[in-house]
Amino acid sequence: MNQARPKVAVYKFSSCDGCQLAILCLEDELLTLAEKVDIANFLEARSRVVDGPYDITFVEGSITTEEERERIQRIRENSKYLVAIGACAVSGGIQALRNWIHVDAFVQAIYATPEHIHTLATSTPIADHVHVDLELSGCPVNKRQLLTVIASLLRGRIPDVPPYAVCIDCKLNGTPCVMVAQDVVCLGPLTRTGCDALCPSFGRGCYGCFGPSDMSKPETLAEHLKGRRTATPEIIRRLRGINGWSPKFRAATEKLEKTTP
Amino acid sequence: MLPRVSATVAIPKPDLQQVFDNLRGSRLRLIGPTVVDGAIALGEIERTEQLPIGWSDEQQPGRYRAKHGAEKTYFAFNVGPHSWRRFLHPPRLTLFSAKANGKMTIEHDGEEPPRYAFIGVRACDLQAIAVQDRVLMNGSYRDPQYVARRSNAFILAVNCTKASSTCFCTSMQSGPRVTGAFDLAATELPDVFVLDVGSEAGSQVLEGTSWAPANAFDVGRATEAVQKAERQITREVRTDHLGSLLFEHLESPLWKEVSGRCLGCGNCTMVCPTCFCTTVVDTIDLSGRSERIRVWDSCYTTDFSHVHGGNIRPSLRARYRQWVTHKFAAWREQFGVSGCVGCGRCITWCPVGIDITEVLKAFRSTGVK
Amino acid sequence: MTSTALETVPATLRDPMLPRAAVIDAIKQETHDVGTFTLRLDEEPEPYAFRPGQFNMLYLPGFGEAAISISSDAEERDTIKHSIRFVGTVTMGLSRLRAGTEIGIRGPYGTAWPIEQARGRDLVLVGGGIGLAPLRPVIHHVLRHRDDFRKVTLLYGARSPGDLLYAESFEAWKQAGIDVHVTVDRSEDSWKGVVGVVPLLFYRIRIEPKETVIFTCGPEVMMHFVAYEALARRVPKESVWLSLERNMKCAIGVCGHCQYGPLFVCRDGPVISFARMEPYFNREEY
Repeated sequence: MNQARPKVAVYKFSSCDGCQLAILCLEDELLTLAEKVDIANFLEARSRVVDGPYDITFVEGSITTEEERERIQRIRENSKYLVAIGACAVSGGIQALRNWIHVDAFVQAIYATPEHIHTLATSTPIADHVHVDLELSGCPVNKRQLLTVIASLLRGRIPDVPPYAVCIDCKLNGTPCVMVAQDVVCLGPLTRTGCDALCPSFGRGCYGCFGPSDMSKPETLAEHLKGRRTATPEIIRRLRGINGWSPKFRAATEKLEKTTP
Repeated sequence: MLPRVSATVAIPKPDLQQVFDNLRGSRLRLIGPTVVDGAIALGEIERTEQLPIGWSDEQQPGRYRAKHGAEKTYFAFNVGPHSWRRFLHPPRLTLFSAKANGKMTIEHDGEEPPRYAFIGVRACDLQAIAVQDRVLMNGSYRDPQYVARRSNAFILAVNCTKASSTCFCTSMQSGPRVTGAFDLAATELPDVFVLDVGSEAGSQVLEGTSWAPANAFDVGRATEAVQKAERQITREVRTDHLGSLLFEHLESPLWKEVSGRCLGCGNCTMVCPTCFCTTVVDTIDLSGRSERIRVWDSCYTTDFSHVHGGNIRPSLRARYRQWVTHKFAAWREQFGVSGCVGCGRCITWCPVGIDITEVLKAFRSTGVK
Repeated sequence: MTSTALETVPATLRDPMLPRAAVIDAIKQETHDVGTFTLRLDEEPEPYAFRPGQFNMLYLPGFGEAAISISSDAEERDTIKHSIRFVGTVTMGLSRLRAGTEIGIRGPYGTAWPIEQARGRDLVLVGGGIGLAPLRPVIHHVLRHRDDFRKVTLLYGARSPGDLLYAESFEAWKQAGIDVHVTVDRSEDSWKGVVGVVPLLFYRIRIEPKETVIFTCGPEVMMHFVAYEALARRVPKESVWLSLERNMKCAIGVCGHCQYGPLFVCRDGPVISFARMEPYFNREEY
């Protein structure tokens, strides 16, 4: 890390901008942040662009076009520490649903002038294309985690992100389990924490937006949910909601599809 | 006049509010059962109306339902998702903060630990507190926060007058009748609370109530109510030689079989009233200030057994075995008691309903003992 | 109002998790990934003393704590030394510090090598890699009190010649009457010594089983075979001592991380006899 203010860049790929907004939502800390780092390239926030190379680069979104596939290579070359932020960048996002269908057929059916659409057949995570130093999942990312990453890197510490399941944070917070007490389908036992177990604290099940935890066993939970009369297509739909293309959810759902009559 | 210690008295049920007022008058924060998000959890209360009046629960492996009925019962339910360790050994606790720029400055928050009155501590949970006392207070090192919170805590225990399907306190010799150290122990009857006075403090909080010595009829009804709960308990664990049985079967294929159904989420350890494992999270903020925060940890997380060069227990099989052998085997060697009190929380709150009593039965039937 | 069910305790117990400050006096690079830190502690709150085999928790604000064995002379009271391998979050952070910096320290913790048991007998020290660090205080002790022991042997090995710790001291140790045998797993052109794993060094020495005490520290698999070789030579299990490693967060037996069967490695170890450890030792993933 430079002794001078480290240069930070934020880039967007195929995404909804929600993760960039999470950075802007750091309201209270934004001024301090701007003192500690040089926000050198963040088009969502300011038009001024300072040339790279950058010390920390945050990348939002997945790779869905040829142009993006090339652009991420240039960004990687220009970045010391590259952080993929959000479900799209980490696992391909909700738009990775296209990976299981024929994109061309949809393009033909939906767009009046399909010849103007230039898109890849798949939506893939950043790490499929370049080396990624750290992945922060979530839809959107958690702003506390973002801040911790920056503060850690400023101190020369490689940030660590908790790999365990949402359940642990529900228990720390004292939220009674929504699945056990209210029969709500919850992906918490499969999903990496980082959200401070937000959804269950409002009585709804986790929808897995942080992707699989390090020991996630989607097939085991699927077996259990089937026993509780949740239909297999519904289980597949939930697992594919946001991080369906993450290797664990992908493998589990494809296996479930095969075993469904 | 107040009752003497070890007396048995009766108070009309509405007089419980007077007890609450007396406790609050002694600057104690009342923690008791209260309905939260569809479950009877523990929270800060001031008035008896905040108790789950008329509520009961149904518990099965992986299933909990709080139910409201017509009867005006105060304590007609069993243990819920929380246990008292939330308050004695909190899930998150800041140890200190530090700043370092060549020189290191440590700021230690000297804040007075809260003083609690625990309302409605069940027999199994009272035993669990005694187990954690041995871990955190009676060893060679004493956790100052635990010691302070525990020493100041007033305990109003409650005998169970019903049992859930997941209860097995009789096997672990912890209940359903309250034994051990309490200030007051109540048995709820339709009209009165029958109270055993366990301490001077327990006697003093009856000031201003219309307490009267319990008559033989009340005492008989109270005994019968607890016996009824005992008869409802169906789950069982055979504890003779259980530790050596498990240690002899460290390599048993059963571990793999059971852990195959396990999600590895760690919920069993987090709801367990005796689990005491913690980690320390080191935070950094932009100003360079760091905090050390002690946080409950679980032996089911992969970080738990991490050493340089890898993880001691990479497989879920090994982590599941660690929890069970610690609770039922190693604990006795470490602390002279069982790590399990038979509260059944790990059965109820396991999302896939793995039943520890069934697991132990399976080991018993493969073992020779 | 206090509950009479319990004794009253003093309101101010010193928090055992609070570190005290220590100044880094010097840092010596030992190998490409190991450095020896010399630390100086204030006399307050009390003078620092330890026994060979014990460890400290070293604290770097914002990074956390790491359990590091003490590698200096227990009779040298002014400073303490830690040989630290730079592998984790905390130790990587420590690797970037300079002399003069203050860090936090708690300790000493854990059990010590049973030097008394070895007095008047043969002592065999067996180390692998960084595992020589906790044995070094024993070597310091032997150098000061050589006549208290009969034969003293050091069997030591590392992955490669460049990973050998304290290599510049081997000659002095030999001169002082320690029989030093060194091996490496992987040779390099310049290496003229033995190649092979540490337990094989047992075939180079003679052991009088009833009169021998063995202290070993290294990877668990190495210690497993050290115990195997020792027992094959009829050394009693009670005379074989291991120094174990587990994840440690509190070092005072209350965080649960370092459990190994019924043992808390931080409190009942790190030094523990093979006789005590055998039922649990080297079980798969235990």
